[in-house]
Amino acid sequence: MTTETKELTKKEAFLSYLLRLADDRLILGQRMSEWCGHGPQLEEDLAMANMALDLIGHATALYEYAAEIEDEGHDEDHFAYFRDDRDFTNLQLCELPKGDFAFTIARQFLFSAFSYFQYERLKEAKDEQFSGMVNKHLKEIKYHLRHSREWVLRLGDGTEESHERIQGAFDEMWMYTGELFYMDEVDELAINENFGVDSSEFKDEWKKLVEDTLIEATLTVPDWDQFMMSGSRKGIHTEHLGHILAQMQFLRRSHPDAEWK
Amino acid sequence: MPTKQLHTKQQIWDFLREITDPEIPVLNIVEMGIARKVEVEDTGKVLVKITPTYSGCPAMNAIEKLVNEKLKERGVDNFVVKLDFAETWTTDWMTEGAKAKLKDYGIAPPEKNEEEDDFLKSLSKTKVVPCPFCDSFETKLVSQFGSTACKSQYYCNDCEQPFEHFKCI
Repeated sequence: MTTETKELTKKEAFLSYLLRLADDRLILGQRMSEWCGHGPQLEEDLAMANMALDLIGHATALYEYAAEIEDEGHDEDHFAYFRDDRDFTNLQLCELPKGDFAFTIARQFLFSAFSYFQYERLKEAKDEQFSGMVNKHLKEIKYHLRHSREWVLRLGDGTEESHERIQGAFDEMWMYTGELFYMDEVDELAINENFGVDSSEFKDEWKKLVEDTLIEATLTVPDWDQFMMSGSRKGIHTEHLGHILAQMQFLRRSHPDAEWK
Repeated sequence: MPTKQLHTKQQIWDFLREITDPEIPVLNIVEMGIARKVEVEDTGKVLVKITPTYSGCPAMNAIEKLVNEKLKERGVDNFVVKLDFAETWTTDWMTEGAKAKLKDYGIAPPEKNEEEDDFLKSLSKTKVVPCPFCDSFETKLVSQFGSTACKSQYYCNDCEQPFEHFKCI
């Protein structure tokens, strides 16, 4: 008896690749949107609502393209509303509750910095429609990075309380950073077929930007060698994903044909 | 058999110029660079391509609807409006006339895009945006994000006016 191993096709890998990118952005966008009406000041309330819109916009475009690649008559809403937690492949970092303002900023900084390096390379992807999308999103990611980096500096080098809070936020989420650089057979095929990037290529650059920023913000860089969470790209999540999906998907599942009028 | 009156490309562009941006009512969607392409096929079928400024721009659906309504109102029966998300909208597509209108309206227009050789180095620099009211350079950034995704907020220390800047992307 032989064990059959299913060979991943290029189409399946591209679909998974798009969904991973899209899931990160949808879930983080949904988290950011929770700040709407709750920001510490009006300007930041607007900023977070704007970034939520950007991220959800990025997810929409990626899901639309994923539906086209998949070619099974689905649309972007199918991926957002009708998949269960184990089907979502977003980073655990993106699903963590929004926490306080410092926590949101710290996560946004780590994620935006990662996205910046990733998209800088993805814009060279061989697929024109994909690289066009990436180019557009990259411009917005730069604003997100600029914004969150400035707040990391301000909070870290601010009052005793703001310093403590943002240091605590980085300490708490550090074990979710390992996953950013996780790669498997999907990435391998994506790299070989020129629609994906090798994240190990920019890991040092990312770490340097993070470390330089934390040091400038008078913060302590947490231990990179600590225990790191894993599994999200295979659908393994924290308890928080189920809750955010329940909230996000409830209406659409209860009223499948509901439309905004 | 009478042939159906066909519209020329030029006419379609003129119709599109009658549509203003719902969030910046002094500009039309052609000078904004949102309406990208007009094609008229031999059959008379009109194709209009529009592209959003920002990927999450909530005005996009409204603009699509306005284009549909305008073309119908102008007697164009056979047309398709296509939203193009793949194209990368840039503030460089905004006409000089549009930028002048923005300034008159009280929004500091976007400057020309410079190739940012090193974005990472630019992270620690802030750009000086002149005040649209008094042209002073004594302004400060209040927030990277404003009332819409495409604008940031500034304050002029000279004329003590808050103002918005159309972000350069």
